[in-house]
This record gives sequence, C-alpha cells and structure tokens, in this order.
Amino acid sequence: MPNRNPQLNADGALTHLLTLEGLPPAVIRHILDTAVPFVGIAEREVKKVPLLRGKAVFNLFFENSTRTRTTFEIAAKRLSADVINLNIGASSTSKGETLLDTVDNLVAMDADLFVVRHAQSGAPHLIASHLIAKGRTHVHVVNAGDGRHAHPTQGLLDLYTIRHYKGDFANLTVAVVGDVLHSRVARSLIHGLTTLGTAEVRVIGPRTLLPAHVESMGVQVYEDMRLGLANCDVVVMLRLQNERMKGALLPSAGEYFKHYGLTMDKLAAAKEDVIVMHPGPMNRGVEIDSAVADGARSVILPQVTFGIAVRMAVMSILAGA
Amino acid sequence: MSAAGYRYGRDAIGTLEIRNGRVIDPASGTDRHAPVYVADGAIAAIGDAPSGWRAERMLDAAGRVVAPGLVDLAARLREPGLEHKATLESELEAAIAGGVTSLACPPDTDPPLDEPGLVEMLKHRARLINRAHVYPIGALTVALAGETLTEMGELAEAGCVAFSQADTPLVDTQVLLRAMQYAATFGHAVWLRPQDPYLARGGVAHEGEVATRLGLPAIPAMAETVALSTIFALVRDTRVHLHVCRLSTAEGVAMVAAAKREGLPVTCDVAVHHLHLCDVDIGWFDSMAHLVPPLRGTRDRAALRAGVADGTIDAVCSDHAPVDDDGKQLPFGEAEPGATGLELLLPLTLKWAQEERVDLASALARITVHAARVLRVPAGSLAVGAPADICIFDPHHAWRVTPAALRSQGRNTPFAGYELVGRTMTTIVGGQVVFEA
Repeated sequence: MPNRNPQLNADGALTHLLTLEGLPPAVIRHILDTAVPFVGIAEREVKKVPLLRGKAVFNLFFENSTRTRTTFEIAAKRLSADVINLNIGASSTSKGETLLDTVDNLVAMDADLFVVRHAQSGAPHLIASHLIAKGRTHVHVVNAGDGRHAHPTQGLLDLYTIRHYKGDFANLTVAVVGDVLHSRVARSLIHGLTTLGTAEVRVIGPRTLLPAHVESMGVQVYEDMRLGLANCDVVVMLRLQNERMKGALLPSAGEYFKHYGLTMDKLAAAKEDVIVMHPGPMNRGVEIDSAVADGARSVILPQVTFGIAVRMAVMSILAGA
Repeated sequence: MSAAGYRYGRDAIGTLEIRNGRVIDPASGTDRHAPVYVADGAIAAIGDAPSGWRAERMLDAAGRVVAPGLVDLAARLREPGLEHKATLESELEAAIAGGVTSLACPPDTDPPLDEPGLVEMLKHRARLINRAHVYPIGALTVALAGETLTEMGELAEAGCVAFSQADTPLVDTQVLLRAMQYAATFGHAVWLRPQDPYLARGGVAHEGEVATRLGLPAIPAMAETVALSTIFALVRDTRVHLHVCRLSTAEGVAMVAAAKREGLPVTCDVAVHHLHLCDVDIGWFDSMAHLVPPLRGTRDRAALRAGVADGTIDAVCSDHAPVDDDGKQLPFGEAEPGATGLELLLPLTLKWAQEERVDLASALARITVHAARVLRVPAGSLAVGAPADICIFDPHHAWRVTPAALRSQGRNTPFAGYELVGRTMTTIVGGQVVFEA
C-alpha cells in the first residue's frame, strides 16, 4: 500500500476525498467556492443540474446513518446521478465477503463514485488505495465518516457555514466542545480550520473525552467551559453518543450537561455575535439546551442546507465531466 | 543435548572445512580469519586442523563472516491449526534462508501448545523437515485461558523450554502468581509480554500524536509499565526465571534496567522492527505496520536501541508472524497484527549495529549466544564440541526487500522496498549444509 495520502494524484488534483488533513488551502477554498452556486439551486423550481448525468453513485454504508446517507443521496440526485444505496452493516462480513470483494463487485457494475461510511478508521483509504493499485483511477471515493478518523464533508460544510457568517478565518476564535476523543467531526474540522489559518482553535471537554496529545493538532485545550468560550466567534458542539453518557468516561448525562452542556448562561462568555453549530443529531438537554439550539445564535439548520451544496461540490469536482 | 543428535540422513557428510572466512564467535570473543573444521555434526576445531584431518567437503568463505547460527526467540510457525497462514515447511525454509538455526515458537497455535502430544507432534514434524531446531514454548495456562495451569512437567519432557501466554493476557493476577510459584518450583522459565489488558483494551496503535490524528484506538505506554510493575513484584516474591518479551517503551527499558540492578532473575528481548520503526511509519493506515506491541514513539525507539546496546535488553528477535493477504487487506484496526521477520533478523540487526556504531561481534551476540542463554539451550556458539550450527553471511551484500521473493509464506513486512545490507549465503545445521544462496 502506498504510504502517501492517496487522495491527491501525481498532479496534485483531488481524486478522492478521504480527509481534510494535508489538503492544500486552495483545494479547500475551491470546494467551498464551487458550493456557493449550488446553494441557490434548492430555491429553483427544478432543483437539478446535469453535472453527473449518466454517472452511478453508490452509497456504501457499512455503518448505519440515515441522515448522512440522505444528504449524499439528495446531493447526487440534484447532480442528476443514478444513486444506489447499500446498507451493508454487518451482513456482508457474516456472509464472508471482504470489504475489497464488495468494492470489486460494485466496480464491475460500473460504479463511478463510492460514498463510504465505515466504523473502522482508514477504511476509505484502504478502498482508495485498492482502486489505485488496480488501475481504477476513474472510480472515486468520498469518505462519509470512518471510525474516529475523519468526516471531511462535514468538516467542509462546517467551514462553509463559518465562512458564510463570519467571512475570513484569520481573526476567528473557534471552540469545539465535547467528545473530541471519539469524534471524526472534530478532527476534520480542526484540520480544516488550521489549514485555512484560523487565529485560534480551542477544544473544550473533560480529560476522559480528549485524545492524548490533542494539542499537537494545533489547538488550545480547555477543561473549563466558561474559560474556553471566552471571546469565541464560533462554538461547535459535538454529539455525545448514548453509550458514553454513563460509565467510565462520564458519570451521567446530567453531570455532563452541568459542566459542558451549552446554555444561554455559558454562551454569554462568548462574543455577542457568536454562532452556534452542531453536526446533528442533537441530544437536547445533554450537550445543548433547547434555548440555545432554537435561539438566535444557532445556525444548526442552515448547516444542513449548506451540507447538501458542499456534497454536490465535492462530487461534481471528483466525478463531473 | 549431544552433537550426535544432529546427525542427518544417509547422505550426510562427516567432515566439512570452511576456509578463508572471518570467524566471529561472540561467546568466546573470537574474531579472526581462520578455517573452521566440522566433524560428526560438531565443531571439531578452529585454526589448526585436527590430526589426520581430511575434509569431505570444502566451503570457501572468502569475504564472508562465519558466525554461529542465529537463535530467534520468537518465530510463529503457525502449526498446528493455522496452516492457511504458513506451514512448518515454508517457515523453516525461511529460517535457514535467514541464517536462523534455532528458534523458539510461541504457544499461540490452534489449539495452543498446552498438551504434550501437540508439542511432540511439532517436534517430530520439525525433525522430519530437518531444518532449523525448533524449541516450543509451552502454554502457561490451559488453552491460554488464564485459569488452569498446564502440566508443565509433562510439557517440558515433551520438549518445551519455557512457558508463556503468548499475546493472550493473563487477567487474574492470582493465577499469574500461582503459575510463577509452580514454574519456580521446578525451575521452569516463564516468558511474559507485559501488557495490562484493561489499559490496552480495544487499542491498535500507540497512544500519541499519530493515533490521535488518525483516530485509531490507542494503547498507552502505561499498559506496559503497569504490567511490568505487577510482574516484577511477583518475581521478587517467587524468584521465577522471568523473560520479558517484546519490550516496547522507554519507561519499560528503565524498569527492566532497575529490576536487573536489583538482582531479579530477569531477561528481556525486543522485536527487531521496534529498533527501526515507530508510529509515524503507520503512514496512512498501512496495515503492515499493525504490530503487537504497537510501534511506539521516536523516544521509545531510541531507548530500545540504547537498551540493546547497553545490555538491558538481552536479545533481539524477529517476532516472526506470517499473515496471509486476507488478514492484512483490511482496515488498519481489523487487520491481523504481525510481520514476517525470519529473513530480516540478520540484516536489520546489522543495520542497527551500523547506525549505533556497535561492532559486529557485539551485534551478533544479541541474536546468537545471548538469545541461546535466554532459551537455555546449547546453541549460539562455535566452541569446539558444540553443535555445528553455522551462519555464513556476506556483511556487505546489499539487497532490496521484495515481499514476493521471501521464502516465508507470509509476505507481510513493513520493510518492503528497504535496501538492507548483509545476506546469509550458507546455513549449516548439525554439520550439514541446509541452505545455499
């Protein structure tokens, strides 16, 4: 397997989207710029463009996610692609077919683009490397979330949202709050923000939910939420998975909310024009209070809208004619 | 074990003379150009010929080093039960191609080596194949389940030279204490890879910047040090001969050094890949770099390299673990850990020595006589009367690691494409030439 990131080809062009780490700023800006006109398409009577007409997009979900799969499906359909959804879950491995066998079979069905979600970090890299090794350079992979590693289209839509409301990144302070340890959303956003020159990126959470040496990713670490939120322009709340609310990582959802749940009171430490983001789905009363989620500072629903435009941009750049 | 035990077949030649080579025998401190005389499977003389000498075969070793056959403390042969990954035939060919003439195989077979019959069958098969000597390490507990002690006496009679849990953790500390007490009663050695099963739970990579960046579940260095402190406390009480397998952290090296200073009966090894690679070599999820214990940080690697140099770490082993493609072509965390290593032990040890400015004899000691002392078997030296197990290698031969060219059935190596120096040209076991490049 090549030890270089397989998402850029020898000419530096994007052939797969696997992670935001290591992407040149110009590539990220190009994706964001490409997404701008796609936001408008949703307001048209005919919400379609023919950029991927005749192309087959396979949503290859080894881990269930109705929401992410749906947004990719809508994005692909608005680009006029044929969309095939495969919820593989654990069933194919129990039948003995390996991940790469599945991929080879779908390539034989003339897939043009795979949207891959997998519980294991690095699974989309494995698929992309395999396609490169087999000379299938016309087939593209978009990582729709792999283990704790990356969720690059979520990171891009977060960047799009921040740029939409705040303009340039150079003077911004952004806080990412909660379960950074298990969060691919946090990793992708942090890489995107640091690549685009964000003035300060903070992570806030208890030590049990912060990965070792997280500061090596270029972030400031805060354990106290009020200190961490001081003078922030952007607050990104992370979802706390149900299975982590009670156990050795945290004593209870209630205690978590007390220390790290975003309330209007805690938000007052941030700048007056702060925006509040969340990748969804939200746990109201666990990581975020309804008054904030539904309040004037929340841009959580626009994130969803921008997400479709960003995914259209990514797919059209990779597989468009 | 008598030298006569190594006589081979009807075609066996009785006398062999190795001329013009640089003879390095770390056990005796020999390092000089001299002929080596082999008769009846044993070293007959070095330098002056025995009286009435007549060689049935001559080998010219000009420009080459004549060293004791290498002793590898950890080589998985995958038999019984895991023949889809490798067989005794394939792996013993790999061993002699790498100059390895004695090897210890851990009990993590299927079923594990917990019954004398399994051990006898393995020894019997190895004798029939007639290549490197195989020294099985018996299971410390039945099925490696960590509950019931194995019949160590019976297993030792069948040929087990030590007892271990391989990579399966022994969770119950009381059982571990009992196992050490029992082994100490009869003078058996216990080999343990120090890793706290709870701190390592679910982890696949060293806890550090790389695992954080790649989102790989992590194994902290503490998993090793916590386990070592438990093990040393039990050794202090039981005085069992304890061998620490596959040390991986800087703190672990310091703890082993302290245990030795204290006088605990402790020896220690490291896998040769840990002397050269670190977590950064995982790159973008390269499953060839998924190893057990995990590749750790650069500071750990530096401490391991220094630990081998100063003798804290007694021996370097290949930790040979052939894995088939199906086992490696998976996402990093699901891929089977391990690397094939028998054919790389010599050149990778020489690479370490060259980079650390360690002389050739001292380097070879780590993969010959020191390893043999850990194993407590008569191997790893060229003393007169010792079994004639010999590795003749070219110390200047540069070659590129090409997985498909390896003799091991496992082509899984993180060193693919590396340019290495030093290659085994002739391997002799029991006085017979078993491999020629």
